[in-house]
Amino acid sequence: MASGKEIRTKIKSVQNTKKITKAMEMVAASKMRKAQERMRAARPYAEKIRRLAANLSAANITDYKHPFLIKKDDVKRVGLIVVTTDKGLCGGLNTNTLRVALNSLKDWESKGVTEIRVTAIGNKGLGFMQRLGAKVVSHVTQLGDTPHLEKLIGPVKVMIDAFQNGELDEVYLVYSRFINTMKQEPQLEQLLPLTGERLGTPEGNWDYLYEPDAQVVIDELLVRYVEALVYQGVAENMASEQSARMVAMKAASDNAGNVIGELQLVYNKTRQAAITKELSEIVGGAAAV
Amino acid sequence: MAMTIHVDIVSAEEKIFSGLAEFVALPGESGELGILPGHMPLMTRIKPGAVRVKVQNQAEEELVFVAGGLLEVQPSLVTVLADTAIRGHDLDEAKALEAKRRAEEALQNQGSALEYAKAQSELASALAQIAAISKLKKRGH
Repeated sequence: MASGKEIRTKIKSVQNTKKITKAMEMVAASKMRKAQERMRAARPYAEKIRRLAANLSAANITDYKHPFLIKKDDVKRVGLIVVTTDKGLCGGLNTNTLRVALNSLKDWESKGVTEIRVTAIGNKGLGFMQRLGAKVVSHVTQLGDTPHLEKLIGPVKVMIDAFQNGELDEVYLVYSRFINTMKQEPQLEQLLPLTGERLGTPEGNWDYLYEPDAQVVIDELLVRYVEALVYQGVAENMASEQSARMVAMKAASDNAGNVIGELQLVYNKTRQAAITKELSEIVGGAAAV
Repeated sequence: MAMTIHVDIVSAEEKIFSGLAEFVALPGESGELGILPGHMPLMTRIKPGAVRVKVQNQAEEELVFVAGGLLEVQPSLVTVLADTAIRGHDLDEAKALEAKRRAEEALQNQGSALEYAKAQSELASALAQIAAISKLKKRGH
């Protein structure tokens, strides 16, 4: 049986671990609230731009059909934007997202997709895709606690450009959708071409006056729409990250508490045994004299 | 009562302004625009500058600076989709190129980054072994 001193050191080390996980839990809890607010703050824009895009797609511009709205029958080349976290210690969050990504990659390959390009947002997804040997055309990491659209423009534009130039037939987005604090779900969405059900039905048929001309305005609007969708995904992913981390760290703190309890029990038993042994030795010694 | 128009100013990161206004002035692509209730449907780009909103029953105008964006006008509704960053074709292009370059760089440095991670884990396990050995030695003596 281990000596008393060894158990004491072990208890001490578990206690230190518990302190760290407890601190991380509290940090995540406070960040989680902010991340959720940011996620909600992004919604009005997403909603407005969706409505605008829906109105536009319904407005009668017969002479111009934007490439984002044209559906291709034969899908041979696919782009995937993977949103993950930069840091670990958030339970199975990234694992779940990447599993969905991996499954869809396999699925596309079996369907005869010849080329897959990946944009990685977040360190974990980048590392995974590189290990996998996927073609990573752009990436962005170190987004911090506040997602900034500015950082996303470049990497996302690489994908949008490839789609516009006809190098890609479809572009997908995978991220972790925030449902509530206890539940986050990996979500795979089709970004491009824009699907009708996604845009929804327009509320009115407006015949807009365009300045400077229809094509320029539609181009800008749809690019911003796609960016807003990606931004929304990133914001949700961040809210998911903080919640998942908080839950994971809470579980770790609880487990550490259990381990400490068990070790304490063992320690007390060995201490008791040592005292009993010593006493019986003294009694035995006294009897011998 | 004066006629009013509903104004929403939103950016991708937050909602900036929402409310009823009597008049809105903003920097349009082809010149300053003044919008009164009942304006015809219009969609245009806006340049970086100030959006002035004359709010109902309020003497002072609300001023919102936008870094460009898009404007949609319906007879009773004005929506400003503000950009959070200064945008421009060349600027966006530069960002995309930068992103591509970084991806290629990462691909080339992939070996070194992986090796670094591997070396780090090897170092950690070596340290743990040393610690274990020294503990065993202490116990032995």
